[in-house]
Amino acid sequence: MTAFVRAAPEPTLPPPAAASGLVATLRDRLFSGPFASVFTILGIIFLAWAIPPLLRFLVIDAVWSAPNGEACRAPGAGACWAYIWRKAGYFTYGSYPFEQRWRVDIVFAVGALLIAWLLIRRAPGRGVAAALFFIAYPIMATLLLRGSTILGLPIVPTDLWGGILVTLIMAVSGIVFSLPFGVALALGRRSTLPIVRFFSIGFIEIMRGVPMITVLFMANLMLPLFVPESWAPDRLLRPLIGVALFASAYMAEVVRGGLQAIPKGQFEGAMALGLSYPQRMRLIILPQALAIVIPGIVNSFIALFKDTTLVAIVGIFDFLRAVDTARLDPEWAGPTITATGYVFAALFYFVFCFGMSRYSLAVERELAKSRNR
Amino acid sequence: MSMTTSATAASEAPKPRIWNDPFWRGLIFQGALLVVVLFLFAGAVVNARNNMQARGIPTDFAFWDRPASFDINQTLIPYAATSPNSRVFWVGLLNTLLVAVLGIVLSTFIGFAIGAARLSTSWLVARLAAVYVELIRNVPLLLQIIFWYNVVLGNLPNPRQAAPFLDAVFVSNRGLFVPAPVFRQGVNAVWIALGIGIVGAFIFRAWAANRQRETGQQAPVGWVSAALVLGLPLLTFFSSGRPIGLDFPQLKGFNFVGGQRLTPEFVALLLALTLYTAAFIAEIVRSGILAVPKGQSEAAAALGIRATPTRKLIIMPQAMRVIIPPLINQYLNLTKNSTLAVAIGYPDLFNVFSGTVLNNTGAAVQIVFMTMAVYLVASLVTSGVMNAYNARMSLRER
Repeated sequence: MTAFVRAAPEPTLPPPAAASGLVATLRDRLFSGPFASVFTILGIIFLAWAIPPLLRFLVIDAVWSAPNGEACRAPGAGACWAYIWRKAGYFTYGSYPFEQRWRVDIVFAVGALLIAWLLIRRAPGRGVAAALFFIAYPIMATLLLRGSTILGLPIVPTDLWGGILVTLIMAVSGIVFSLPFGVALALGRRSTLPIVRFFSIGFIEIMRGVPMITVLFMANLMLPLFVPESWAPDRLLRPLIGVALFASAYMAEVVRGGLQAIPKGQFEGAMALGLSYPQRMRLIILPQALAIVIPGIVNSFIALFKDTTLVAIVGIFDFLRAVDTARLDPEWAGPTITATGYVFAALFYFVFCFGMSRYSLAVERELAKSRNR
Repeated sequence: MSMTTSATAASEAPKPRIWNDPFWRGLIFQGALLVVVLFLFAGAVVNARNNMQARGIPTDFAFWDRPASFDINQTLIPYAATSPNSRVFWVGLLNTLLVAVLGIVLSTFIGFAIGAARLSTSWLVARLAAVYVELIRNVPLLLQIIFWYNVVLGNLPNPRQAAPFLDAVFVSNRGLFVPAPVFRQGVNAVWIALGIGIVGAFIFRAWAANRQRETGQQAPVGWVSAALVLGLPLLTFFSSGRPIGLDFPQLKGFNFVGGQRLTPEFVALLLALTLYTAAFIAEIVRSGILAVPKGQSEAAAALGIRATPTRKLIIMPQAMRVIIPPLINQYLNLTKNSTLAVAIGYPDLFNVFSGTVLNNTGAAVQIVFMTMAVYLVASLVTSGVMNAYNARMSLRER
């Protein structure tokens, strides 16, 4: 048997198809298989169908500045941004008196500053910020917005408040109230005391089981019936109470998730150190439990922010209601006004909610990093 | 969490003060809480009765049998303005159920499709699906409902200029007109055939599963079930002289006659609820599929199982376990969100009962509590079923 010995080298194989570069990226990401290719082509057709008219309506044919609705009523005109610009004051403050609007601006600025301070996780003195935001800020905002004769600020009745101001009041007071109350409810639900547990579970399950609008209706129609006539809460305060109670129940369930994730050893260790129940919760359990559920807390804030639109149904002049009313103004009324207003409103809510959800994602990533260390 | 003192320690140490004893402290605290809550409750009841009497608001249920004296533009059961308020309750409840059931079915299909698209290997499709989900989830539902109602449906042509679709469906500002089914003599045979088909499909499935367990042989369950559920009624339909016909809408004068009219309110609400819930379902589906460990699909590939059976038999059954609880929760949310119908005037339970009947009769407390009770019962029943399902699933796990 003669052994085969190769005398000439094997012919060189052709180089593999590009694994990097533009063509390869396109192939891998868009045309990796027959199904993917078909879907990609369908996607391109959809974009070609949807993008040009949208762009024409929102940008190219849009009316950017006009003194009144004349230009926007012209055939073929797109979105009427001039109208948004003209109505910006109404959308922001409602019917709040012109010469007093600086008070609203101060409340907005202080609130933005405090929230930024709270959100930046490396900022110093966040405990101070929390105390200011949850205690001092609501008092300051109430005094400034409502006015006080002692401070020399004329009283502005809540009927005149409106627009973004009311939307933010609803959202912020919902947050300020629902976080502590939600924590209390969650602790109550996990309590060993049966009566406390019973009331907590009852409240949480009832609130979570009914639509929010029924809670608002109850707050609006029945709260004045449940208290002596002279105590009847303010028109704006009633839905505020409804929103806060509703949000608390959802917050409680989020916090409960955090409490359940804390290992039993933490409770037992705290007990072994001789800490009392409030000390155990304040020093050991809640700091850990709340840190885990920050994304959940932010998500329930997003839901709360979107749900504030429902107060429009019980007659409160929030941002959405302001947009929905302004479109009927005869000076501006036209075929594109409604769509323009709604697109603007959608943009407003989207910026807030999307921003919050990105923040919660970033926190989640940071938490995962420290947990996987 | 109470600290227990052992018998020896108790005899040596002085007896703790009553407010330092966890047992007594708990009792005192709970007693105080109970007194406060009962006091608030009693105060609310007394105040409510006084206030209602002072303002002449009825406190009984006499309104329940009084004539409603208003019209409803969509009723699934016979209703007239002379019908009692109790009838309004049922009409509203059925309208709520109609939009909820249709919304649940449609949003499930769209949600699963979008969720799968988010995991598509085509980058473009995955991005498009992500944009859809983020756009819809971050804009309030109420805004979406009034957008569909006022912008999209409000700008449709009048019936005379309505664009026909296959000469059967007409889209106009008076609503959506679709062919309506007409049942003739002998239709019962078709229903009976459908019932037999469904029962037969279940029996065949059980038999096939049993046989596979014993012999390992697979049966074409999908095809046989389709033949039984669809084929049998179709066969009966043709053999019994086509007892189901279609009534097409036709333009007569300024409006359509015949067919089924879907009101703009209904279409707008259904569209908004479906698209909104679908975005949430898509996220649930995506995270459910991603929750299945990668080792599962790799192991399937190592066993030589093709991509499609891997998805059907290995990935999805495990993903569904994660998907179903939040999915049911979304169904419940959709039902509760259907109360936003009040913003555009679709006659759901909340709108006609807590809205119109409440305004007409003034019986705020009774009506709001009744409406809340309906939704509360629905969600308590659902969460009970969910707990039972979870208990069953977690038993099977190991």
